[in-house]
Order: sequence, then structure tokens, then C-alpha cells
Amino acid sequence: MKKRIILTPYIVWCIVFIIVPMVLVLFFGLTDESGKFTTRNLCEVFLYPDVFLRSLWLGFKATAICLVVGYLSALIISRLNVKLQKILIILVMLPMWMNFLLKIYSLMFILQDNGFINGILSSFGFSKFNMMNTEGAVILGMVYNFLTYMILPIHSSLVEIDEKLLDAAKDLGANYFMTFVKVIFPLSIPGIVSGIAMVFIPSVSTFILSKMLGGRQNFLVGDIIDMHFLGGIYDPHIGSAISLVLMILLLICTGIINQLQNENKSKKGALVI
Amino acid sequence: MLNEMISLQGVSVFFDSCKVLDNFSLIIKNSEFITLLGPSGCGKTTILKIIGGFLIPDKGRVFFQNKDITHTPPYKRNVNTIFQNYALFPHMNVYENVAFGMRVRKKTEREIAIKVKKMLKMVSLEDFETRDLMSLSGGQQQRVTIARALAVDPKVLLLDEPLAALDLKLRKDMQIQLKTIQHETNITFVFVTHDQEEALSMSDRIVVLDRGKIQQIGSPIKVYNEPENAFVADFMGESNILDGVILDDFLVTFAGRKFRCLDKGFKKKEKVDIVIRPEDVKVVKPEDSDLKGVITSVVFKGVHYEMIIDVDSFKWMVQTTKFIEVGSKIGIKLFADDIHTMRKSKYSGEYGDYSTFSDEMYEAYEHNTNLKKS
Repeated sequence: MKKRIILTPYIVWCIVFIIVPMVLVLFFGLTDESGKFTTRNLCEVFLYPDVFLRSLWLGFKATAICLVVGYLSALIISRLNVKLQKILIILVMLPMWMNFLLKIYSLMFILQDNGFINGILSSFGFSKFNMMNTEGAVILGMVYNFLTYMILPIHSSLVEIDEKLLDAAKDLGANYFMTFVKVIFPLSIPGIVSGIAMVFIPSVSTFILSKMLGGRQNFLVGDIIDMHFLGGIYDPHIGSAISLVLMILLLICTGIINQLQNENKSKKGALVI
Repeated sequence: MLNEMISLQGVSVFFDSCKVLDNFSLIIKNSEFITLLGPSGCGKTTILKIIGGFLIPDKGRVFFQNKDITHTPPYKRNVNTIFQNYALFPHMNVYENVAFGMRVRKKTEREIAIKVKKMLKMVSLEDFETRDLMSLSGGQQQRVTIARALAVDPKVLLLDEPLAALDLKLRKDMQIQLKTIQHETNITFVFVTHDQEEALSMSDRIVVLDRGKIQQIGSPIKVYNEPENAFVADFMGESNILDGVILDDFLVTFAGRKFRCLDKGFKKKEKVDIVIRPEDVKVVKPEDSDLKGVITSVVFKGVHYEMIIDVDSFKWMVQTTKFIEVGSKIGIKLFADDIHTMRKSKYSGEYGDYSTFSDEMYEAYEHNTNLKKS
């Protein structure tokens, strides 16, 4: 009985902030203005196949870059002494404490035609080159905002590896590269899997970032949903339907990521969602 | 065949200006079972790390079959280590763990399969190939590490207190199994332990260490029966250590009496330490001996009784199979071959009688008697 009482706040929270909104999304997505059941909204979603594909594609690219950069950073950090590691991890986390919009504005300042980089280039006599409103700018924004979520889980799975295992590998004839391939990397897969999930999902569903850095031609699903609720075309029914489809897509992606984890048969897997 | 497998020459190691090993030299012979024995902090694990290549000594050289390997990384040495906490790869099953070294060496699957089977058979773990490590007991895991190390055909196997985490019965079985494996494979075993009984029952040679220095090297029988100094005598088992003076060859005086002994070659009047093992002391009726005393405590140990006998306020430890009550007056008798004389060393006086068993309790005891006095 006591357990239930302790659980009450959590259950109430779940109902109010998770279950009810989900039901509402489902309801709006499958009804028209008069409240009648319809599949028209879902059909509308298929007007935006390019946006969905772009979201997944950009999310995939950003995740791939985060994985490479994040893994290397985490690996280097994990080889340092404990004191230095702590400082570097705080530095990695520091951007998380800053406002999301502020970070995008500063990125815009850096990338603009009259911005920081072009300013430096022109002072050396180079011609300006356009970086704003490109796919690259959007990916950079994603990487910049979500890299932390890749580094942290990988780092913690790397430092968890027993130093003795590395000694044992060396002892059995493996050089550093072999030790990495056969011991360090496989044992860090749980961290990689949570890192991928934590970067890919927010990247795919992000908005604003894409609108501000990518311009019209780089709209993502998030921006389209935003438009249907707060933007020019007000239609919560279609907006909900798009959200619904996005959720299902992400659910499938999470399933695939989790499958990778299971194949690795790791005992102490980090939980994904 | 070369008789000299590994040779450490003048090796010194400092940790934060603290000397762990000081000008240490040791020759390990081919195919021998050598044990490094000593209390924690004596430098035995450090020596193992140097041979394994995990630590480069600050001074001195290491030779492997006459080749200088002081700076050779561990993965290029034909030496393998059995780690104390197993260090098995948790993401691999038993088969893959044993196959690890061969996979690194790019052996064919066929070769690997044959070798893994052979190794697992050697450690009595057939049919465990696909088992998950989590489902194995401590002893089984330890045997997997042995199979894994032997699978790469090392010339030397280093064992860092491999049995410390196992319970007594299992430890004894593993001692026998390790010894058998060593016989079958003819590999040089360098075994590290702080358990003197383990060292005595397994080794061809024992190296007794303290504070980074060799106290004695010899066969188990030699080290036990003829310790070179008070430290070795004390560490190799219970021992009564008394101050004595040599009168002549085969004649020594201690505890206020003269005794015949088997030792010669000392100077006349030379001060020595006398060591007498508790099992060698014979308890007799008080009228049959000059050395009379009172039993102050009796502890039943299973095979024997361990009693403390106060003779002229020196506390002797004696082991007998016959029970005698506390408070009884008895005599003790010693024969020439019970008495072993040792030259005085810096350890003389550190190990006294059996007022207490450990230094820690001795200090507490001293402290208490001082309090009572004041």
C-alpha cells in the first residue's frame, strides 16, 4: 500500500502531462473541426514527404557527426587524470546551462554574411561566402546543441571499463589499436546507443533552429507542426496528425536502435527511453 | 635449453620518492615454480608488474632469455599474467575469452577451436565454451583466466595472488591443479602470495621478501627449517625466537642454559638468534627438565593444542597433541636438531616471544601495561 502512496505524484504527473496530451494529439489528429472521425488529416501529412525525409536525413547526419566527434572527445577525456576529466566534463556540460535561443542567435552572428567568420575572411581579402540558410548551418546547429548528449553517456561507459581489462588485453598480445577494437569499443556500445538516441530524436523533432539557421528551404517537421499551431496556417488537426506520424517514426527508430543494443548482448545496457 | 629464463638486475622502483624496490636482483630459472612471498607492501606485485611489462623500473635491467626487455611493451613479451581479480572480458563468453590472444595473433578458426578445447580440458572446464561469464563461480572464472593465458603458449606465467579470493577447500584444489598444469606444460610459473602455507606446498623455490629486499631464497624445506633471519623465521610460520650466544661449534647458550646444536662455523661468543618451531618443543614433567614453566593459555586447533608456556617470563609457543590444563607446571625439552641458529640481523628483537601474536596487539599491550604502571 505504502508504495502506491509514494507513487501517486508520479502517476498524477504521468496522467496530466503525458497521457492526456497524447490522447488529445490522437483525438485531434483523427477528427475534423466538428469532432467527427476522419483520416483526412493523416492524408494531409503525405503532402510533406520531403520535409519528413529531410528531418530524418539531417538528423541522421547530425547524429553521425556527433558520434564521431563525441566518441573521440569522450575517449580522449576518459584517458586523462581524474581532476582534468572533471574540469573537461564541466566544460562539456556548460553550454547546456545556456538558453537554447541565445545559442542559436550567437551561431547566426558567427555564420551571417556580415558575421564573425566572414568578417575575418574579408579582412584577409577573401570574398564572403554564404553559410546562413544552408543545410550545413542546420546540421551545425544540431551538432552544437546536442553534442553534449553524445559525449556524456559515451564518456561514462568508457570510464566504467576496468583498467585491468586493458592490461589483460595488452598482456595477451593486443596493441592499443587491437585493445580498442576488441575491448574498449564493444564495452562502450551501451553509451553509444544511448548517445545516438539522445541526439537523433531531438535532432529529428527540433524546430526554430532549422527555421533560423536554415531558412525556408530547410524547414523540418518540427517547423511544419509549429506552423499549424502558432504559425500562418492554423490547423491543430493536421498539426496533431503530423505529430502522430513523427512519433510513430521515432518509435520505429528507437526500436531499431534498441535492437542494436540487444544484438550486442551487453548486460549493463544503458536504458534508451 | 637455456637455464636462465628471466633475470632482474639491479632493479629499483620509486613511488613518490618512496623506495619500493631497491637494487633488486633475481634470476628465474627455466620451468621452475618460483614463489615471491612476503607481507603486503614488500614489493612482490611490483616485481610481477616489471616482468609483465606494466611497469618500467626507474633503474636496472630486465632480461628474458638473455635479451634485454626492460622497455618492451607487454604485448610483445612472451609472458602472461593471471590477474587477481580475473579481468575476464565481460562482453565475451568463455570460448571467446580463451580465444582472445589467438585472435589477436590472427590464428585460423580451426587452430583456435582445437586450442580452446584443449585449454578448457586442461582446466577441467569442458562444455563450458558457450557459457556466459556471469554464470560461473569464482573458481571457474579463475580457471578460464588460466586457460586464456596458457592458450597463447607463454614461456612464463605470472600469477598475482590468483587464489586469494577463493575459499579454503577450493584454494587447496586449485593449488594442486596449478601444480599439475605447471608439470604438464613445463612453463615457468612466477607465483605471488602472502600465504606461507600456499608457498610451501606449491613452490620449487621460495623468495622471501620484505621492504623490497630479498630475505632468503631457497627450497620450501630449507626456508622453513633453516631461516636466515628472524623475519623469515617469523613469516614462515610460528616460531619462538630467543637471544643466544655461540659457545663453540655445536654448543650454544640461551634461556640461561647450554644446549647442543647442529650449527657450526660461527665465531665464539657470537650473539645469534635462536629459532625453535612450536611443534619441535617437547612437553615433559617438570622434574625431567631444567626449563620449567607454567601454562598460561591453551587453544584447541583441531590437529593440536596450541599452548603458551611462561618460562622465566619468556612466553613460548608450544604445539602438543595432549591436552594439559592451564596453570599446570611443566618442563620443556629440546634436542639438538630442534634448535636452529641465525646470524643477528636488523630484524633481531622485532620478533620476541608470544605475549602477543601481532605487532598491533603488542603495542596495545605495551600501552596498557604502561598505563597500569603510572
